[in-house]
Amino acid sequence: MSLDINLKITDRNGVTHDIVAPTDMAMNLMEVVRSYELAEEGTIGICGGMAMCASCQCYVKSAHELPEMSDDEDAMLAEAFHVEDNSRLGCQIQITPEIDGLEVELAPES
Amino acid sequence: MITTDILIIGAGPTGLFTVFEAGLLKLKCHLIDALPQPGGQCSEIYPKKPIYDIPAYPEILAGDLTKNLLEQIKQFEPGFTLGERAETIDKQEDGTFIVTTNKGTKHHAKVVAIAGGLGSFEPRKPLLENITNFEDKGVEYIIKEPELYRNKKVVISGGGDSALDWAIFLSDVASEVTLIHRRNEFRGALDSVEKVQELKNLGKINLITPAEVKGILGAEKVTGVVVEKKGEDGFIIDTDHFIPLFGLSPKLGPIGSWGLEIEKNAIKVNNALDYQTNIPGIYAIGDVNTYPGKLKLILCGFHEATLMCQSAYKRIFPDKKYVMKYTTVGGVDGFDGTRKEAPKAVVKAIQ
Repeated sequence: MSLDINLKITDRNGVTHDIVAPTDMAMNLMEVVRSYELAEEGTIGICGGMAMCASCQCYVKSAHELPEMSDDEDAMLAEAFHVEDNSRLGCQIQITPEIDGLEVELAPES
Repeated sequence: MITTDILIIGAGPTGLFTVFEAGLLKLKCHLIDALPQPGGQCSEIYPKKPIYDIPAYPEILAGDLTKNLLEQIKQFEPGFTLGERAETIDKQEDGTFIVTTNKGTKHHAKVVAIAGGLGSFEPRKPLLENITNFEDKGVEYIIKEPELYRNKKVVISGGGDSALDWAIFLSDVASEVTLIHRRNEFRGALDSVEKVQELKNLGKINLITPAEVKGILGAEKVTGVVVEKKGEDGFIIDTDHFIPLFGLSPKLGPIGSWGLEIEKNAIKVNNALDYQTNIPGIYAIGDVNTYPGKLKLILCGFHEATLMCQSAYKRIFPDKKYVMKYTTVGGVDGFDGTRKEAPKAVVKAIQ
């Protein structure tokens, strides 16, 4: 079985990137965005991935079943701006085989 | 004017540890931080989160790390300018610097060390077109003087602890308190949520959910806000103050316009040598800097602070020679005359 999955990530300029992400490195979606430099350094994952800044907010465009929101993520999204019904924090989405083919769009910087 | 050897901008872990390393070299430090307390992110964002990669601590809470760092530097009597943001820097003819804060406090230093982490934490502002026109004219992001709101109408926006706590507090001060939140659920402490519910039932807090403030009205100062509640037409609430409380967000802030070389929102430094920026005498250490291979880790900030202080010493005392000593050998001399050293073994002469 392949250890890599495919993701479609639309950046803040509206450009969609087809990304290959490893499932065996304990990465999350925010870290994938950072490692592929899809958003300017310092504008994403500011809190380091603790669901405390909402800089990695993204809109989930595909129908994947994602892990349930933790209280921390829910609380952060309650305070964040540009929040939509399909908003999630990238740092709370682990890269696992189950999300192969996931399509997301980065929320605007705020 | 506050005078010091090293002016440290940022009182997070790296800034605090700089005081210790500078103290070993008998250099005096003063710290400026936009937050009202030292500790940076560790105190403000995650004081209760454990950190696992601090050497010799298998696990330490971020708040305890700050507490320990403050204890470790106490003997070097650092000065603090807290709750103020470093705004401008002026290089003097003799190579020293004057740094002025947003409140006009001036600091004169031989060397400046920027340890600003991710930047200064600034209130997260709602995305309202004209909001900046009303700042300090009825729009406040931080409540500093509750008496300002005595017998005034106040609208608070937000759903976290700050919004709940201030709504409760001001219900006894203001003539009218309205709390607006985008959701029906609040994510603050249970006690606070229940207290707001109780005050709402008593008619002391006007609670509007799920709703958002979509506009600010007024000419010279705020006179009202436009509110949109889900499923209803927009309406206006007359108010004297609009207080949006949506937490804090880090920004590089005024440092970004000091003429420093910036790359990807961080300050470029000479990491091969001493973490100096493109302006001699100004260093950048910790998360705020960048160089090839940079890692944003607290322990890397500590290392950078140590090397930076050695370079600062040479800059301040170009004619003096300093030999690096281990604290196990030389002990630690506090500025207050205290001395810490390992007990010496008793040596008995052989007859």
